[in-house]
Amino acid sequence: METDVIIIGGGATGTGIARDLSLRGVRSILVEKDDIASGTTGRNHGLLHSGARYAVKDIDSAVECARENRILKKIARHCIEETGGLFVTLPEDDPSYQDRLMDGCSNAGIKAVEISCKDALAIEPRLNSSILSAIKVPDGTIDPFRLSSANMLSAMENGGKFITHAAVGSIIMKGGAVSGIECVSAKEGRFSIHANIIINAAGIWSQEICSLAGIKLKMLPSKGSMLIVDYRINRTVVNRCRVPSDGDIVVPGDTVSLIGTTSRSIEYNGIDDLRVDDDEIDILIRNGEKLIPDITRSRALRAYAGVRPLLAVPGNTAGRDISRGIVLIDHEERDGLKGLVTIVGGKLMTYRLMAEMASDLVTGKIGVSKKCLTARIPLPGSERLESLKKNLKLFPGISKSVIGSAMYRHGYRASKILKNDKKNYRQICECEMVTEGEIGYAMKSLNTGNITDLRRRTRIGMGPCQGALCTYRCAGLLNEMGHTTPGESLRMMEEFLEERWKGVRPVLWGDGLRESEFTYWIYQGLFGLGNIKNDNDGSSDEI
Amino acid sequence: MINLKNISFDQCIKCTICSIYCPVSRATHLFPGPKQSGPDSERLRIKDPALIDSSIKYCTNCKRCETVCPSNVKIADLIQTAKYNYLKKKIRVRDFILSRLDILIRILSPISPIANTLMRNSLVKLLLEKFLGISRRQNFPAFERSSFKNCFKRNMQEQDIYDESVIFFPGCNVNYMDKRLGKDLVKILNAMNIGVTIPDNRCCGVPAIANSNIGRAKKYARYNIRSLKKALGDRDRRIVLSCSSGTLALKHEYANFLNLDTSTLHEKIDYITPYLFNRFSEGRMPALNPVHARVAYHSPCHLERIGGVMYTIDILKRVPGLDLVILNSECCGMSGTYGFKKEYFKISEMIGSQLFKKIDDAGPEVVVTDCVTCKWQIENMTGYRVLHPINILAMSVFKYGLDEYL
Repeated sequence: METDVIIIGGGATGTGIARDLSLRGVRSILVEKDDIASGTTGRNHGLLHSGARYAVKDIDSAVECARENRILKKIARHCIEETGGLFVTLPEDDPSYQDRLMDGCSNAGIKAVEISCKDALAIEPRLNSSILSAIKVPDGTIDPFRLSSANMLSAMENGGKFITHAAVGSIIMKGGAVSGIECVSAKEGRFSIHANIIINAAGIWSQEICSLAGIKLKMLPSKGSMLIVDYRINRTVVNRCRVPSDGDIVVPGDTVSLIGTTSRSIEYNGIDDLRVDDDEIDILIRNGEKLIPDITRSRALRAYAGVRPLLAVPGNTAGRDISRGIVLIDHEERDGLKGLVTIVGGKLMTYRLMAEMASDLVTGKIGVSKKCLTARIPLPGSERLESLKKNLKLFPGISKSVIGSAMYRHGYRASKILKNDKKNYRQICECEMVTEGEIGYAMKSLNTGNITDLRRRTRIGMGPCQGALCTYRCAGLLNEMGHTTPGESLRMMEEFLEERWKGVRPVLWGDGLRESEFTYWIYQGLFGLGNIKNDNDGSSDEI
Repeated sequence: MINLKNISFDQCIKCTICSIYCPVSRATHLFPGPKQSGPDSERLRIKDPALIDSSIKYCTNCKRCETVCPSNVKIADLIQTAKYNYLKKKIRVRDFILSRLDILIRILSPISPIANTLMRNSLVKLLLEKFLGISRRQNFPAFERSSFKNCFKRNMQEQDIYDESVIFFPGCNVNYMDKRLGKDLVKILNAMNIGVTIPDNRCCGVPAIANSNIGRAKKYARYNIRSLKKALGDRDRRIVLSCSSGTLALKHEYANFLNLDTSTLHEKIDYITPYLFNRFSEGRMPALNPVHARVAYHSPCHLERIGGVMYTIDILKRVPGLDLVILNSECCGMSGTYGFKKEYFKISEMIGSQLFKKIDDAGPEVVVTDCVTCKWQIENMTGYRVLHPINILAMSVFKYGLDEYL
C-alpha cells in the first residue's frame, strides 16, 4: 500500500487529522491498533468544556477551549448537548475561589454569570441544597465516540482510508527519512504501508511510536477514573467551585450521568492495563454525593479509567497540574528525522485545532496549499437539523424512542437507518434502543469490526444490563448478516462480555451485582460460554 | 424534568419475566411489553420526555407485571405516570365520561328501568360507538333503582348490637349495581356477630386513574381518605371492601400513584376474603351448609397483585358440597373501562380468549370472581352468569338457592 500521509492513532486527534487532510485533498491512511476512540478519547467524561475549568490556572487552555467550544457547537452539533453548566461552592470550600474563577472567565472571554442558589436549584433540582453560591457557565456534553466516528466517516467519504485493529510493528526508514510502516493485524497478518510523511497521533502511546523510530519522547501518564450511574440524574454539568481535585464534576451524558475524575500518576508500562482502584471509587462516590446527594441512591453501572496524554517537558510536574497545551513536534527539526511529525498533549476539546496544526505542518511539507476547512464544514450527521416530528410522520409504526435515539446518535445521517422495513422494529439492545437497522448501518458504513466497536458506534450494551440481553442477539445477528462465522461470533460475544465485566467489577454491589449474577446465569449457566471457547479453537474436535 | 419519585426502575435487572406474563403484549404486537414501556423507556423519558412512545396507551394497568417482578419494580405505576405526564392529548368526551362513571351512574340510577333498556338497545349502542367510541359489543351493566346505602339505612340499622364492628366501603358497584352483594356481605358479617358501619364515600377513583383524569382521582381519594379517617375515629377497627380493584386503589394506588398520605389507613384496609379468613381462623365462623353447584373461579389480576387470591380460594373451599374448578390465572381483558373502548375492544377480547375457552371447557353452572369488571366481561363474552365469592358464601350460610341469583 502506498499513500501520502500515514496517521498513527485513531483517537479524536487522529481521526480529526484524517478528516482535515481528506478535505484538503491529501491522501491518507490511518492505522489504529484497536478501534477508533478506544484509547483516551473514549475514556473521559465527555465534557464540552466552556473553558471555565482552566480559567484560573491555565488561561491559554481556557481561551483555546472557549474558541473550540464555539466551533464544535457549529460543526458537531449532533455529538453535542448544550446542557449548560454550574460551578457551585459547598460550605466546606474556600469561597474566594469563586471570585478567582469569575476573574479568570472574564479574562478568557467565557460567559460566566453568578446566579442565586435558588435559581441554581431550579435549574438543577437534585443539587445539594446547602450550596453557598453558584456560577452558570456554557459547559455542555460531547460524545467522543460519535465525534470520532463522524470524523472518520467524513474522511472516508473524502477518500481517507482507515485500518483498525492493526498495530504498528516497525517504522521503515530510508536514509534520514521515514518511508513507511510495517503493521501487524490478527486478520491480515503482516503488511506494510509506504508514505513519506508519518503523523504520530498516538496520544499516550506516542512514546512507543517514537521509540520505533529511535527517538526519545517521554510521556507522563496520569490516570483518571470515572464512575457511571444508571440514569441521567442531573440535567446540567455540575462542577465544584474549588481548585481542581478528585471527584469534583458530575456530567450528564446521553442516558446516564457520571462522576469524574481522579488523578493519579502511573508507570508507563501500566498504560495498557488500567484499573480503577477501590479507594478511587470511594473518593468519587463521596465527592459526587456532595454535589448531587441522590446520586448514591442510583445504581452504579461501571467505572473506568483513562490516561491523560501528558508530555514531559521542563516545568511539567504531574497529573492535572500539567499544562494541557498542545505540543507539535517536527522531528526533522528536533531529531533530524525527515517525515515524522508528533502531535500530542491537548484535550478532547482541542482535537480539531490539533488536527489543524498537524495538517498545516504536513501540507506545508508536501506542498499542498489548501487551507483547513474543518472549522466550517459540518461533520456528517450535523449537516442539517432534523425534527423528530417530521421523522415521526415519515416513519409511522417505528416507535418514537427508536427514532429519537437514532437521531440523537446519528444526527442527520439517521435517515440512513430509518427506513420503513422490519429491521427498525427488531430491537437488539433494549436499554439503549438499538435496532437491527442501526447495527446494519454501523457494520456497513462505520468501519466496525466487532461488538465492542459496535458499542462505540451505537451504545449497544451501555445501558443498565451491560450487555446481558443484547450481546447474544448481536452475536447472532452479525452471523446472520454474514459478517462473522459462528466461531467468530462466539469469540466476539466472549470478548464483549469480558470488556463489560472489566468495568462492572469495580462497582459490584446492590442491583449491579444482581444484574451481573443474572448475566452470569445466562452466559455461563445457560449457554456454557466459558466451555464453548475451547471447542472452537479447532484443535479439540473430539466430543 | 421528570418526577423522580418512583426510581424503582433502577432495580430492574432486565430479566423480562414481566413481558412474558403481560396479557396485552401477548394479544397484540402494538404493545412492546411492560419492560420496555416501563423501566427501559423511563431512562429515555428522563433524558428527554419527547422520547415517550405512544404505545404505552395500550397498557391496561392489570399489574400482572408487578405481581411477577422479582425486583420489586413498580412497572405499571411507571407506565401510568408516564401516560399521565407525557402523553399530551385532549381528554376525549368518552374518557371523561368513563373517568366519572359515578356521576353517570347517579344520573341513570333513578331512571334505571328506562336507562337499562336504553343501554341495551342496539341502536343506542351503535350511536354510542359512533359518537363516543364505546364499543357496541359490550353490554352496560344494569343499574339498581335505589342505592345500597339507602337500603342499608332503611333495613339494616341495628348494627351496634354486635360485639364487634367493621367499616365496609361499598363502592359504586355495590351501591348502584349489585345491592344483593352488599346485603349478603352485611348479613354474613352480622351472622358472625360483627356489626357494619358504612362511611360516607365517593368513587374509589379507579376509573379516573385508568382514564388519566388524575386531578379527579385525587379529589375522590382525598375525600375517601378523610371520611374513612373520620369513620375510623380512634377505634381499632378494620376497613373492608368487596371489590379487589378498589382495595388496590385504597391500599396502594392512593399512596404510590397519587402520592397521598394513607399511612394511618394502609394497615387497616382489607379485601373481604382475607378479612373473613382471619376471622374464621380465630373461630368466628358461621355455620356453613352444603351448596351443590359446579362453579369455576377466576382470579382477577388486581386481587393477585394484592395477594388475595389464596384467601378467596380458601373461603370457597370451605363451602361443603361445592364443585370448585379453579381456572388458570389469566387476564379477562376488561381492565376496568379498557374493554369498553372501541379501539381496544378487539385486544380486550383477544386477551380474554384463553380464559373464555377455559370457562367453556369447565362447563360450570356459574362463574365466580371477585372483580366486578371481570364479571361484566365474562358475562358478556361467555354468556355465563358470574357471582361474587360472597354470594356463594351467603348461599352456604343462609341456604339461598342458586336460582335466586340467576
